[in-house]
Amino acid sequence: MSQATLRIQKISGHAGSVPGEDTQREYTVCKLIDTTTCIGCKACEVACMEWNDLPFGETFFDNTYQTMPETRWNYWNLILFNEHEREDGTLMWLMRKNQCMHCADPGCLAACPADGAIVQYTNGIVDFQQANCIGCGYCITGCPFDIPKMNPKTHRVFKCTLCTDRVSEGLEPACIKSCPTGCLHFGSKEDMKFLAEGRAKQLRDHSNFPSAGVYDPPGVGGTGVIYVLHDATKPEIYGGLPADPSIPWTVKLWKGPLKWLGNVAMVGGLIGLFVHYLRYGPKEREDEDISPSGAKP
Amino acid sequence: MSHPEQVTPHGRILRYKLNERLNHWVAAASYIYLLLTGLAFYSPWLFWIAAAFGGAAVSRMLHPWAGLIFFGAVMYMYKMWAAQMRHADVDKAWWKAVRYYSTNQDDKMPPAGRYNAGQKFLFWGFFWCGILLLLSGIVLWFSEYLPWSLRFLRYISVIVHPAAALLTIGLFLIHIYMGVFAERGAFGSVIRGDVSREFAKRYHPGWYEEIVGGSSAPRK
Repeated sequence: MSQATLRIQKISGHAGSVPGEDTQREYTVCKLIDTTTCIGCKACEVACMEWNDLPFGETFFDNTYQTMPETRWNYWNLILFNEHEREDGTLMWLMRKNQCMHCADPGCLAACPADGAIVQYTNGIVDFQQANCIGCGYCITGCPFDIPKMNPKTHRVFKCTLCTDRVSEGLEPACIKSCPTGCLHFGSKEDMKFLAEGRAKQLRDHSNFPSAGVYDPPGVGGTGVIYVLHDATKPEIYGGLPADPSIPWTVKLWKGPLKWLGNVAMVGGLIGLFVHYLRYGPKEREDEDISPSGAKP
Repeated sequence: MSHPEQVTPHGRILRYKLNERLNHWVAAASYIYLLLTGLAFYSPWLFWIAAAFGGAAVSRMLHPWAGLIFFGAVMYMYKMWAAQMRHADVDKAWWKAVRYYSTNQDDKMPPAGRYNAGQKFLFWGFFWCGILLLLSGIVLWFSEYLPWSLRFLRYISVIVHPAAALLTIGLFLIHIYMGVFAERGAFGSVIRGDVSREFAKRYHPGWYEEIVGGSSAPRK
C-alpha cells in the first residue's frame, strides 16, 4: 500500500525517472532476527495476521510444529522449524522466522514488467502495489527466497510489507512488537548490523558457536531483514535459506543484454528494411513484362 | 504432371486455397496480438500498448489464450505445408544467390518451387520458435503452481520466451516486407488466393511448371 510519507527510489517496469531516486533523507530500515533466541512461539505470526487483517487459513498436522509448509499470499510471516543433527550426534532445534527479506537489489522488482507494481521506498522497504499488479508472476521467478505468492482468485501477488503503514508513522513492524524473547529488533540498517555482529561475536566467544555469524547476503545487495545464525556457514539448514542468493542470471540476462540486443535488432531491422526499400524498391510489378531485373538505370 | 484445376477462369494461378488463406489470417491476427501485448510486457517504454488492449492485466490474461490459437494455426500450417517445406537441392543454390534476390535481380536466381528457400526458412523458424514459445509460455502461464524445486524451469522460460519471440519478430518483419512491399502480388495471393502467371513464373518457376505441365503451357 502506498504511503504518502514514504518516497520511492525504485519502480518496477518503469520508463523514465523515479521521483524519490537520490533524494535519500531517510535511513535504511532493517529487521534483525536472532535465530539463537527464537523460541518458536509464533507470536510474530499472530501479530502479522492481526495487524494486516489477514484471515486464518487452513493448517495441517504432520507430527511437527510446522503448521504449514511455506508462506501464503495471505500469510506473510511463518516460522520454519528444523530439527538439525550436529556432527557430534546431538540435536538442535533451529527456528527461523521466514518472510520477505526486503533486498536492496530486489529480484522481484527487476523481473516485474508492470509499471509501479513493485516499488522500493527510500528507507529500503520493498512493497507490492496490488492495484498495478498484472498477475504475470514474474516476481515469483525473480525472487531467490520464494516469497511472493499469488492470490489464485484475484491473480495479484502479495507478501510482507514490513508493515509499511506502521513504519511510515514511526512505529516498528507488528512482528517486532509481539516478540516475547527480544529476538526481533528493528532500527536502522547500521544499528542492526552493529547489534547483530555483537551478538554473533558473543556466540562465537562465549557460547561455543565458533561459526556463528550474520546473514546479510551481498548477492542481493544486502537485505532489509538480517539473521544471526548459530552457523552462518550453513544457512541451508535453516529451512533452505540460500547460502548465496542472487537474482537468477537468466532474469538478469533477459532484463539486461537481451533487452538491449532486442531493441537494437528491432529498431535496426525496421530502419534497414526501410533503407532497403528506398535503395531497391519493390520487385517488379506483376503486370509488367519480365525483363532482366538486374538492369539498373 | 499438370494441375489445370489450379488455373482460374481468369487465367490466373491459384496459390492459396481458402483454408490456407483463412488459417494464415488466424495466425496473423493472433500473432499481432501476441506481438503487441508481448512488447508491452517486454519493455517499460512500450507498456502503454497494453492500454489499447484493455490494460496490462487483461492482456496478461488473454496473451496465453492467443498463444494457443497461434500455435494451433502454426500446427495446421505444418499439416498443410510441411511436405512442401522440405529441403530441396535447389535451396542451397538459392541461399548462395540470395544477394541477387535481395537486390531484385530475380532472373539470376535458381528456379524455386512453390516455396523458395527463404520462405522455407521462415516456415521452420516460426515452427520451431512456436514450439519453444509454447513450452516456455506454459511454464510462465502457470509459474505460481511450479514447486520451488522446479524453479529452473521458470529460469529457463523467462529467457527462452523473449529470445524466441525476438527471433520471430525478425522473421515477421522480413515476411511483412516481402509480402506487402517487395513482392507485388504476394499480398493478393493470401487475400484472393491467386497470382498472375508472370508472378508464378518469376518467383516460383518450378511450381509454375508443375501446374501448367512443361512448355505446353498456354501463354496469356
